[in-house]
Amino acid sequence: MTKYVGKPISRVDGVAKVTGKAKYAAEFKSPDLLYGWVISSDIAKGAITHIHTADALQVPGVVQVFTHENRPGLAWFDLSYKDQDAPPGSPFRPLHDAEVKYSGQPIALVVAETFELARYAASLIRVEYKVEEHATDLHANLSKARDPKLGVASLLKPPPPKPRGDFEKAFSEAPVQVSAKYVHSAEHHNPMEMFATTVVYEKKGKLTIYDKTQGAPNSQLYVSQVFGLPFKDVRVISSYVGGGFGSGLRPQYQLFLAVLAARQLKRSVRVSLTRQQMFTFGHRPATVQHISLGALNDGTLTAIRHDAIAETSQFEDYTEIVVNWSGMLYPAPNTKLSYKLVPLDVYTPLDMRAPGGVTGVPALECAIDELAHQAGIDPVELRLKNYTDRDMNSDLPYSSKELRECFRQGAERFGWSNRNPTPRSTRRGHTLIGWGMATGIWDATQGPARAEAVLTVNGKLRVSSATADIGTGTYTIMTQIAADTLGMPIEDVLFKLGDSDMPLAPIQGGSWTAATVGSAVKVACEDLGKKLFKMAQKMKNSPFANAKPDDIFFADAHIRLKNDPAIAVSLREIVGQNGGRAVSETSTSTPDFLEQRKYARSVHSAAFVEVEVDEDFGTVRVTRAVTAVAGGRILNPKTARSQILGGMVWGISKALEEESVLDHQFGRFMNHSLAEYHVPVNADIQDLDVIFVDESDTIVNPLGVKGLGEIGIIAMPAAIANAVFLATGKRVRELPITLDKLL
Amino acid sequence: MNNFSYSRPEDLNSALGELTKREGAKFIAGGTNLLDLMKENIERPSHLIDINHLGLNTIEATADGGLRLGALVTNADTAYHENVVTHYPLLSQAILAGASAQLRNMATNGGNLFQRTRCYYFYDLATPCNKREPGSGCGALRGYNRIHAILGTSDQNSETACIATHPSDMCVALAALEAVVRVTGPAGERIIPFADFHRLPGNEPWRDNTINPGELVTAIDLPPKGFSTNFAYIKLRDRTSYAFALVSVAVALEIENNRILDARVALGGVAHKPWRKPEVEATLIGQPVSEANFQAVAEALIDGAKGYGHNTFKIELAKRAIVRALQQAAKLEPTA
Ligand SMILES: Cc1cc2nc3c(=O)[nH]c(=O)nc-3n(C[C@H](O)[C@H](O)[C@H](O)COP(=O)(O)OP(=O)(O)OC[C@H]3O[C@@H](n4cnc5c(N)ncnc54)[C@H](O)[C@@H]3O)c2cc1C
Ligand code: SF4
Repeated sequence: MTKYVGKPISRVDGVAKVTGKAKYAAEFKSPDLLYGWVISSDIAKGAITHIHTADALQVPGVVQVFTHENRPGLAWFDLSYKDQDAPPGSPFRPLHDAEVKYSGQPIALVVAETFELARYAASLIRVEYKVEEHATDLHANLSKARDPKLGVASLLKPPPPKPRGDFEKAFSEAPVQVSAKYVHSAEHHNPMEMFATTVVYEKKGKLTIYDKTQGAPNSQLYVSQVFGLPFKDVRVISSYVGGGFGSGLRPQYQLFLAVLAARQLKRSVRVSLTRQQMFTFGHRPATVQHISLGALNDGTLTAIRHDAIAETSQFEDYTEIVVNWSGMLYPAPNTKLSYKLVPLDVYTPLDMRAPGGVTGVPALECAIDELAHQAGIDPVELRLKNYTDRDMNSDLPYSSKELRECFRQGAERFGWSNRNPTPRSTRRGHTLIGWGMATGIWDATQGPARAEAVLTVNGKLRVSSATADIGTGTYTIMTQIAADTLGMPIEDVLFKLGDSDMPLAPIQGGSWTAATVGSAVKVACEDLGKKLFKMAQKMKNSPFANAKPDDIFFADAHIRLKNDPAIAVSLREIVGQNGGRAVSETSTSTPDFLEQRKYARSVHSAAFVEVEVDEDFGTVRVTRAVTAVAGGRILNPKTARSQILGGMVWGISKALEEESVLDHQFGRFMNHSLAEYHVPVNADIQDLDVIFVDESDTIVNPLGVKGLGEIGIIAMPAAIANAVFLATGKRVRELPITLDKLL
Repeated sequence: MNNFSYSRPEDLNSALGELTKREGAKFIAGGTNLLDLMKENIERPSHLIDINHLGLNTIEATADGGLRLGALVTNADTAYHENVVTHYPLLSQAILAGASAQLRNMATNGGNLFQRTRCYYFYDLATPCNKREPGSGCGALRGYNRIHAILGTSDQNSETACIATHPSDMCVALAALEAVVRVTGPAGERIIPFADFHRLPGNEPWRDNTINPGELVTAIDLPPKGFSTNFAYIKLRDRTSYAFALVSVAVALEIENNRILDARVALGGVAHKPWRKPEVEATLIGQPVSEANFQAVAEALIDGAKGYGHNTFKIELAKRAIVRALQQAAKLEPTA
């Protein structure tokens, strides 16, 4: 029975958010709260020789300045600093020693009675450095590229598959060839809410920590390991997150600094970062990619080579899946894929919405467009010609793949059949018009998770799991799933998340929360249902005395007999039998690994885009875009559409505007404000349209959902770049396509 | 940010008096630029004198048929003022091309003149900047200079080098309209022609303009001639709205029977001040409206421009923008 699942239910947390009732990490108060201000390093590499704190300490109201010199002893082993998302290597430890590893590194924390005082005192601190030569330029250091170190992370992010067939031979014999280099800049997540932690110092040194994170249990694990505290003394709460995009997958340094200060001073402490400091930790790495494609005259792909080189830090090997998509999307018999890293004096990169996907797929999809143009074949047709129902990397069939339908419906809605295939031949006054399209692909994964379902004495359902809602709509869809599973009116269901005291769920990322936590919520509610049914059977004169679980169903807050729904017992009545106590059940859902292993599981999309380019100025506007998504079952068309729209906007951003620019003189990101780090404004966004094609999948997970967090962004950059080519006749292979590149 | 005190005088003399009396005091108008700079520790005033209550917030016709824009009138109220919209549409458009609605509601006309460069290095205390810290060097010269100047720069001596731009849109229109800035201070009132208000970096890049210590801008006077028939403002930037100009062009023409009687072309985003060359504009006078003439003017206006790597594209972009703006103003082109 689905009364709510599949319906466009408005966000259950919407009112709390727009009325300000929803509190974020930096908004929690405590009577004795102290405020911390982080000082960041000016240099990219070297050592701190002196740090003059005396002037700051003399300011009345300043409580302490923490530096590497007075930091208390902490956990010694690297392992203790590894969070759930730590890549192979040695995690960065704030205030560990005098060494400076990157520009913007936190080197001191000023703690004062007010935020303003802390900030003012920080301006009085002088730091002297021994400066060493740094290397931050990926392009100047490509010769240092090497294979990434393997680690636990490699399980989720497998290295490229072994070569198939003989690429060199097939490519050299191919009548149609494309070889090109694609360059992407670094980007920073820049969620609206800045990173912040409020540590409330409770009796006996227990800590209640309000943290901005995409996984409260991950922050709890980190704090308890680093500071040697038992789990029961560390409670992390993160009920609302003002955007994450991956930046909250790892605990950020303000968490460490706030806990350190609270423990040392035995008082509550809040540390929040500035917008400029939002550029001083994980980012999407800069990359250089080379792609070579060989095809027959009819467009049949025979050879694919895709090589990527990405930056990482000197201390950890961050990796993402960049090149594997080429082997998954197209069934060329000869493929050769490689992925290498160049360590630089920067902070370790970090998963950012569609990590690797929106790097590798756009490059591949631009190259495919170049091939289509050379072969004189319509880009959609070329993709259909090279369609596959098997992932050739793993040589497994897709559990479901309605990409063909995405092409068909997307093209129809867009009016693709009217496309003029000649570059630079459609114009309106000074504007050149072009259409482009591209494919998107992302993993459909599920992990294990736990959830608790409770029927309260007054008949309300409360469900909880320690997951996060970074704005994706988790609160809402979990409420829908719970309501439908137990046949409850949605107003009587409350879903809670973001508390390390709740049953464990993994960090929210990779578009797997709907599948992972949704399955756990479903199982917990089903188990609670079974329990309630058993209790109902034991009631006096129970109409279900002889019924089997299969004979009943849940609806309108009642258990009813299938063959005579009028025979029913209300859930409230059942819980009333429990001696004034609620009835609860905690359950774990584990993916059916055995079954899932037999399939490749992915979500797909196709984007169609129209651009207008001013022929003299090179300014590009995306006037219209359609994205068709094959994402399994859509739990809530409203929140789902929002996810895809947001992804499309970000795709426009990546294609045309967004980049973090390093000045290699100083090894420092320079456009570190939202005035100069450009993301689209309303005026940049015009007509966006989203289609969900029907796709049923019984293998990905019991709910049949695939996750929509990332897929919306992936196809857009290539679709835009391809449209710009058709408009102008110019291939820009370096993103973002700013106006200077089209002059 | 350091501690500061705050006062809100009700008349001009007390405001001026406080400025001379208090060491390190500064005026605050809309605060949209000053407060940002204070938060970044670039400006550290000891005292703020709020000048919003001095009665300088009116727009009035002047005796000669022009218009007086009070220094404390907001950018939004100016842009939407009936007289401005009708007689000085160039100014209205330029203002509305800047910042965002929220900022324009706070930003004042006086403050707009004084807004400081958006150079990334000027804003980042970890890097050298001659404008912020005289003699420390210029981070932008060999750095990321996408938004920087191509004309009238100072790049020979590392202790005085500066390639910053003045970021205003409004000021580009005011330069084209040949507005006059009214100033009052310890030495009494004076009048500064717009072209002399801002300066090139020269050997003193830390000085943005020619105002003297202790002086206050009271108003901006627009001359009677508003060029309301043949004008254009083109702003090119990295997104459609809410971004500073990479290049902007204000054009004001007077045309009769296809002959040009008067011509003004001012450029933004290319120099330390709104860029004009009256001698080049003069070559258009008496000429027929023609694309060839406009091309020649564009070349001559940009003559001598120098790129620093990331901003070299501005040279070509500026030329094309000048031609398009002239065409639009002359109605050879529909306006965007
Ligand atoms: C994100 C952002 C984007 C922006 N985009 C644009 C843009 O695209 N185009 C554009 O043109 N501008 C833009 N602006 C700048 C904006 O126009 C200026 O900040 C504004 O005009 C400044 O006016 P104010 O009244 O707020 O000045 P304040 O910040 O109050 O003052 C600025 C300075 O001027 C001095 N001052 C102010 N009034 C007087 C006076 N009457 N006499 C003497 N000194 C005075 C003050 O002492 C101070 O030093 C942007 C600003 C921001 C923050
Ligand atoms: S261009 Fe001017 S403002 Fe920018 S760093 Fe150089 S001196 Fe400073």
